[in-house]
Amino acid sequence: MPTLTYRDALNQALREEMQRDGNVFLMGEEVGVYQGAYKVSRGLLEEFGPMRVVDTPIAELGFAGIGVGAAMAGLRPVIEFMTWNFAVLALDQIVNSAAKILYESGGQLPIPIVFRGPNGAALQLGAQHSQAWESWLSHIPGLKVVAPATPADAKGLLKAAIRDDNPVIVLEGEMLYNTKGEVPEGEYVVPIGQADVKRTGQDVTLICHSKTVSVALKAAEQLAEEGVSAEVVDLRSLRPLDEATITGSVAKTNRAVVVEEGWPHCGIGAQVVDVIQREAFDHLDAPVLRVTQADVPMPYNKQLERLAKPSPEKVVAAARRVLYLD
Amino acid sequence: MATKVFMEALSPTMEEGRLVKWHKREGEVVKAGETLAEVETDKAIMDLVARADGVLRQVAVTEGQTVPVGNVVAVIAAPGENVDTSPAVAPVVSGSGGGRREALKDSPTVAGGGIARSAPTPVVAAPAAEAGRLRASPLAKRIAKEAGVDLQLVTGSGPGGRVVKRDLESAAGRAPAPASVPTALAPSPATGRESFRVSRLPSPERAEGAYQDVPLTQIRKTIAKRLATSLGPIPHFFLTTEVDMERAAEARDALNRQLGDRGKVSFNDVIVKATALALTKHRACNAWFQDDHIRYWNEVHIGMAVAVEDGLITPVIRHADLKALLEIGGEARDLAEKARNRRLQPSEYTGATFSVSNLGMFEIDQFTAVINPPEAGIIAVGSIAPKPVVWDGQVVPRRRMRVTMSCDHRVIDGATGAAFLKTLKEMLENPLAMLL
Repeated sequence: MPTLTYRDALNQALREEMQRDGNVFLMGEEVGVYQGAYKVSRGLLEEFGPMRVVDTPIAELGFAGIGVGAAMAGLRPVIEFMTWNFAVLALDQIVNSAAKILYESGGQLPIPIVFRGPNGAALQLGAQHSQAWESWLSHIPGLKVVAPATPADAKGLLKAAIRDDNPVIVLEGEMLYNTKGEVPEGEYVVPIGQADVKRTGQDVTLICHSKTVSVALKAAEQLAEEGVSAEVVDLRSLRPLDEATITGSVAKTNRAVVVEEGWPHCGIGAQVVDVIQREAFDHLDAPVLRVTQADVPMPYNKQLERLAKPSPEKVVAAARRVLYLD
Repeated sequence: MATKVFMEALSPTMEEGRLVKWHKREGEVVKAGETLAEVETDKAIMDLVARADGVLRQVAVTEGQTVPVGNVVAVIAAPGENVDTSPAVAPVVSGSGGGRREALKDSPTVAGGGIARSAPTPVVAAPAAEAGRLRASPLAKRIAKEAGVDLQLVTGSGPGGRVVKRDLESAAGRAPAPASVPTALAPSPATGRESFRVSRLPSPERAEGAYQDVPLTQIRKTIAKRLATSLGPIPHFFLTTEVDMERAAEARDALNRQLGDRGKVSFNDVIVKATALALTKHRACNAWFQDDHIRYWNEVHIGMAVAVEDGLITPVIRHADLKALLEIGGEARDLAEKARNRRLQPSEYTGATFSVSNLGMFEIDQFTAVINPPEAGIIAVGSIAPKPVVWDGQVVPRRRMRVTMSCDHRVIDGATGAAFLKTLKEMLENPLAMLL
């Protein structure tokens, strides 16, 4: 199996889907001539031409709206946001149009659109450009939300998103684009709504997604040195949520820590905790703990930024708490 | 390594304890096994003993305070050891137990790195438990239910005394479940007990004000809770019979004449013995209701309701069917005395298979008693008094006694209870029948 970067896995998914279906097109800022702010669309303008790889002005609400209209008309747009921090400007099209038109048209107008781009903090981009939007987006009925953590999942989930007849949000990561991993060639689709156990264990379940998967895996390594066997569950899909995998793992380990890049209040972890207390209540030996970003705007100061983010050390500390080891 | 001193579950149903008296002071050297303090449980005053050698530190509970089982009341440290203060001592409830409990907030530190964890991550919710509520993780509750372990008998090692999975795993390693109760605690000599007043009943003199609120003592709380689980949920029915006690009285008089100063047989001894023997012939009444099954006891252990100041308790005369009247009498007096001094050990007031409540000395003709679950029956014994009765066609005065049996209809049906009562009546009316 070839080893690819996350960005090249996304590129492969886009290319294969555009080759497979002439209705698929890519639109966004700098996706064409510049080949993408993060080079995800490298070579696509050359291969598919300016009708299917469309550079736009800096006008997120406008090109998101064009995408929704194109989807209403039967095309399958992929809208790239340079970051999800800029996509806030397009929320009206995403939330009020894309997510609701199927419902408001009485089922007549499906909106097969993908909104994708990097999400969450990178390094020292400041409070306005270091935000994780998944709990906002997952809140909306009518949207699906996926957050791949590995190159293989990035390819498989982007292909599934493009083929889905509903609006799908694909949350990528600036810090993920350069990560490498084995990626299956050709037809490889990861169904939306399926979590993935990235590491099996017996004593505690670490539930994570996107960038926090590597945080949880590092924490699991450290815990293993202390003799604690941690299971790492990568949600991959945030809406719909794979409740069976979550509860199945907690039923085995009896303890859980939920890790996410977002803020604690009303976060993804809050939803996961709801699932666990409801579906795995009798299996719990300890309250579920969460590791999140600090409940503050992301500091620009490098040390403060590091302290504000979830870290393997914080996950280990939380795991020790639910194991009553402290 | 400092050892936390927890408020331990010193009785099977204890959920909180009132610290009556410290025997050791802060800074005193203590040895494992030594009595640290006296604790009023829901049933009795018990000793809280040291589980480690060291110096008593951080006494967090003052005399008179009530704290839930599992709370830290002090720390035993090595001489000169510096004890970290913040997480060691849990907040305690003050005074009479009616106060609001503070949340047990842990103050976590991150392992490694030495960095204080940013406040909201991970979010730690450790809400205060309801006063007196047993704390156990949902998993621990499920395991205990499946394994038939009484969680009340397990000391929790989690925050606030929460029973967690590993506590049940270690409890399972020990022999029978009740063995995990620290029954080995020897009662201390009654030093300093004069400072403890059992009764908080209002005095007969009329006080100022329209009314007087008296806080519930531990024993009153337990009575309230246990009896509310009886007459409400248990479908009671009552059977009353009048027993002719002439021949029992004659037999008792004859026995006591023969015994002289070697002892005395009371009517209560005779009734306990007859009840126990009648139960051996009616095992259907010697039973516990156990939710999904009925446990029919082959052994007969008679609970004997004893009034104590400010409450009642039922010490148990074990194997009453096999014991001689004098043995029963001797034990009954010992147990009643211990009960009044609140020195009964848990093993002495648990495990009855049937109970007897006797209010004859208060000249009560007849009453109904509340079943003490999981037992399925109790008899209420009235006074023995001469009454005009028709005997061989003549109205003659005879000593009569009314007995009312309360039955749990889930276990005992009307005819079942009546058959038992008939045998009991026959034994009392013809004491020789006890030899049959």
